[in-house]
Parts: sequence; structure tokens; C-alpha cells
Amino acid sequence: MTTVPLEPVAAPDTRWRVLRGRNASDRLYRGALTALALMLPLLLVAFLGELGTSAWPAIRHFGVRFLVTSVWDPVAEVYGAAPMIFGTLASSFLAVLIAVPLALGVAIYLTEFSPKWVRQPIAFLVELLAAIPSVVYGLWGIFVLIPFLRTYVVPPLRALFGWTPFLSGVFYGSSLLAGSVILAIMILPYIAAVSREVLLAVPASQREAALGMGATRWEAVWTAVVPYGRAGLIGAVILGMGRALGETMAVTMLIGNRHDISLSVLQPAYTMAAAIANEFSEATTNLYLSALFEVGLILFVVTVAVNALARLLIWRVARGTAVGSRAL
Amino acid sequence: MTKQPLLALAALALAVPAAAQVKLNGAGATFPNIIYQDWILTYNKAHPDAQLNYQSIGSGGGIRQFSDGTVDFGATDAPMKDSAIAAIQGNVLHIPTVLGGDVPTYNLPEIKETLRFTPDILADIFLGKITKWSDARLAAVNPGVKLPAEDIVVVHRSDGSGTTFIWTDYLSKVSTEWDQKVGRGTSVNWPVGLGGKGNEGVTATVKQTPGALGYVELGYAMANQLPAGMVRNKAGKFITPSLESITAAAAGAMKEMGPSTDFRVSITNPEGDAAYPVSSFTWFLLHQQYEDATKAATLVKFVWWAETDGQSRAAPLGYAPLPKPLRPWIEARLKTITAGGKAVWTTAAR
Repeated sequence: MTTVPLEPVAAPDTRWRVLRGRNASDRLYRGALTALALMLPLLLVAFLGELGTSAWPAIRHFGVRFLVTSVWDPVAEVYGAAPMIFGTLASSFLAVLIAVPLALGVAIYLTEFSPKWVRQPIAFLVELLAAIPSVVYGLWGIFVLIPFLRTYVVPPLRALFGWTPFLSGVFYGSSLLAGSVILAIMILPYIAAVSREVLLAVPASQREAALGMGATRWEAVWTAVVPYGRAGLIGAVILGMGRALGETMAVTMLIGNRHDISLSVLQPAYTMAAAIANEFSEATTNLYLSALFEVGLILFVVTVAVNALARLLIWRVARGTAVGSRAL
Repeated sequence: MTKQPLLALAALALAVPAAAQVKLNGAGATFPNIIYQDWILTYNKAHPDAQLNYQSIGSGGGIRQFSDGTVDFGATDAPMKDSAIAAIQGNVLHIPTVLGGDVPTYNLPEIKETLRFTPDILADIFLGKITKWSDARLAAVNPGVKLPAEDIVVVHRSDGSGTTFIWTDYLSKVSTEWDQKVGRGTSVNWPVGLGGKGNEGVTATVKQTPGALGYVELGYAMANQLPAGMVRNKAGKFITPSLESITAAAAGAMKEMGPSTDFRVSITNPEGDAAYPVSSFTWFLLHQQYEDATKAATLVKFVWWAETDGQSRAAPLGYAPLPKPLRPWIEARLKTITAGGKAVWTTAAR
């Protein structure tokens, strides 16, 4: 065994550098770890490449029309994905709109207001929602949620806002609204769990300072705790949004699967993930298959874009100290 | 002392090739999956050397894998298009296996009678031209039935499916407007309606939507005791969908076929008093020329068994058996299959 004479070093960082690469097994270890670390980005690139090449015939054939037209006719081989792109964004956005107040409420209650003994059970039950298979959500949606919406939710909504274009048309059950509500329930546990962790990490001094200034508990939460954790909270919402964009089974069972763009949330719609799941196995011609691959590519791009926007948002609000910003 | 082990060894050497298992892979349609699995299991008990494997990945995937040569046989609910056949130099035979049919099912709890539909009424409902249950034309063919003034909510399949192919093929035949505007396919551009995924998705949506009208596969409707409407056939009779009336439809369609007719033929809206008009064959896809003679012989043998002994297993599983007069035609077609330039039928002896 040879000993390597160590030079006296100033900082642990440079000392680490000196040690690095002296030993064959260390080099091997480092190489293996680098390879592993590169694997994921490579996988992503390979994924994008495969989607791109498979989608190429459709991209060449339809060009921009694919993104802006609404006809989806496998018999005539004319494909336009605009309704699915709209449906994906609209259902995810609505789902986030419904889920965020609920999830934030749960998180704030559990961290700030609840007696200690209910915290664990409630947190556990909320997180249990994430463990339910999505097909079960779909079935529950058809047999419980839709009748509930039809009887108790849609009539009062109509009475109040029926004059807007958002609630026009006949409500048959399967609709953008039903799809969004089920998505909201599905992403709720993710947003709630992450928000709770973020709020728990806010230092007690923040609360104490606010309370010491004479704030009520409510004011303390809204002026000192939530703003402190805002970056983390936005991250939680984005996590939920990402999940909503890609959710397939439950949505396809409830959204009505109609290639149509309607402003009304009571009308059936379609999402990209649902279309791929529905039509892939029976896509008999090459152009049809290629069109579905292009839908996949668009979904991929939309998801990446939403994530990038979120990063930007977090980066903007996280200047200064904020809990959870580094983790995201 | 030396002789016996030697003999045993010789016997072993002989036995190994004899018992060699022939592995055959197939993939395709989901609708006939239950009977195909049953056939494979039953056939394997009598012929342990034939190892068949069928994956129900959908007709589209079946056609693709068959065309790429990754499976030995395919299966489909919708026949291959001419362009797809040309792409593999016509090296394919469509062999009918069993029959399936579509039934109109609806959600009108207050109505106890079985509703009657005519071809033009069904086409106009699915085109969005008849929108109320109380429509005069519906009332005219359903005398004595108190039809509500409710909206008709059309429910169709959202996933590509052979069930949709049968339904749209039928509507294309009975309505020129449907043929021009929509056409036939495993999935189409629906003029109206909600989409449900799978037979179960359509059923659930129909059950939960008052005034809904959808179509589901007959076997599924029977197993779940769904209300099923009668449909008027070409002979002018209102026919209740059943396995018998579907077999009768195939028998009726045979009158327009000949021994050499391509089995890709559609049998919707056929002749025959007892024929239920919304039905179709489902097919095995076999190659006309195989490379491996052993594989080809085993496959042909299995298919012929399915066409004869196997047919009796269809009805209990909810599939309509093929009409018996079709057998000689199928036999003649199977005899044309070759491997390495030689017909395999002789070795496939029954």
C-alpha cells in the first residue's frame, strides 16, 4: 500500500480536489456515478427524439394546421388537435383552481390551528387519496360525482351564472366540469402534503414576531407564514398541475371525449392523454399513428413549458429568503 | 449391459424432435380475446406440442405486428385496408372465426316495452337529426309506447374498436348521408354524442345519463342484461339481437358471396328474414406464404380445429358461431396456404 503524502491545505474543498483522481477505484466510482447522472437527461433526449421521429410524418403532412384545427377524422385521415390541447390546459387549470384553496386550507389548518392529536390522522387520510387507483376515481366519478353534480351543483350554478357562456348548453354529466373536479380531488393530496411540509418549515420566529406585533392568528398566518413560504407553495401547486396535465384514465371516463372546443364547462371535452390512451391500440394507418405520436409530443412540450414557467415564477418570487425554494 | 442405455439414448434422440414444441405467437383484437384464449387452452390440452400465445392488444396493433412479422398470426375486428394489404405484397388471408354484433341500448326507465328502431331512425339519431325521444318517426314504429319528450343523448365509444367499426359500417350501408359525412372505421368523427371508453364505459355513461342511447357489443349486453332495442332488417322484420339471429345474418350474407369471395366482406344489413342486421365477422390474419413449414402446419391445424370443433365453444362464451355452410369455403382457403412453396394442408391432416 502506498501512502500519498498530503500537502497542507487551506479549505476542505481544495483538499477534496487533491484527493480526487489519485485512486483507481475512486476514479471508477466517480465515472460510474457520472454515467448514472447523465442517464436521465439522455433518456429525456432519447424520448424526445423518438417522439419527434414517430410524429414526423404527421408534422410534415399537417404542419401548423395540426395545432389550430378541430377536425379529428380517422376515416378521412384529417387530424387537428386544437380541442385536445384546449381541453388539457382547461381541465388542468380548472382543477388547480378548485384544488388550491382546499389544499391550502388543509395545510394551514393542520400546521397552525388543529389540535395536535388530529394532525396525523387527517394528514394520513388526505395522503391516502393519492393511493387510490385512477380507474377507481373514474368509476366513482361516473356513479357518484356526476349524479351529485347534476342534482346539487349545476342547478344552483346555473341559477347564479347561467347567463355567462361558461355555463351554457345542456348538461349531460360527462363534461369538462366533471373531469376537472375529479382531477382536483386527485391532485389535492399532492398539493396539501407539500404545502404542509413547507408551512411546517417556516421558523416559529415568524409567527411569534407577527403575534408579538398584535396580529391575530389569522393575520399572522396570512402576513407572516404564507408569504414566507410562497416559493414552496407555488412549487406545490406546480407539482399538482403537472400531475393534472398527464392524468389519463379518470379524466377519459368523465370528460365526455368530444373533439370540440366549448367555453362552457358543462359541455364534453377531450384531453391529449385521454386521446392517446383511447385511440392508440386501434390506430391502423401510419398517418393516424403518427398523429397520435404528435399529440404525445405536444403533451410533452406543454408539460415542459408549464414546468419551465413555474421555475421562472418561483425564481421571481423566491428572491430573498423563502422556505422550500431551494428544494424545487 | 451396453445395449439398454444405448437404446434408451436412441429413444430419447427420437423423442426429442417428436415432442418439440411449436411456439406460435398471435396478437390483435380484444373483442374475441375470451374465445381465443379458451381455444388455445382447450387445443393445447389435446395437442401439448402446440404452444400458442395470443395477446389482445387491439386490432390496429395486431395488424401492425402481423405486417411487421413479429407475430405468426394476427386478429382483427375490422378487415385490413387495401393499402395495408398492398404494403405486405398481399401476403395475408382473412379467416373468419366467430361473429359479433352490436345492440342499441338505452336509458328510459319508465318504458317497459322493448323499443324498435329502423335503420333510417338510427342513422338520423347518430347524425343528430332526431334529437327527442318523442320524435314522430320513433313513435310511428313504436305504437302504444309512451315515449318521453326527453333529449336523446347519443353515447359512442371513445376508443378505437371493432364494435364501432360494425356500427358505423352498418350506418354507412343504410344511410348515404352517414356514408358521405362520417363513413366507417374503428373510430370516426362523430357528429354528436358523448364518448365512453370500452363497452363498460359506454354502459356506465348510458346508465347514468337519462335519455341516453348507445351501442354495445351483444355478448356484453347479454352478460350485463342491458335493455336492447330491436332493429328492422332488410326483409322488413324487427329482430331481437341474439346469437342465433347473428348467425342467421352471416348465413344470409353468404347468399351474396361465393366460394372464392374475399372473407373481408361486410355482412351488415344482409338478406334473410331472421337476420339481425348489425353484425360482423371477426378474423384471424394468416399469411399466404410461411417460411417455417412446421409452424405453418401447426397453425393451420389449430385454425381448422377452431373452425370445426372449436365453434361449439362460442355460444356459451357469448359469441355467435359461424354458419356451417361456410366451412367448405374456409377449408378451401386454408388449403392455399404454403410454406417454402409447398401446401401445408396435407401435413395438417385433420
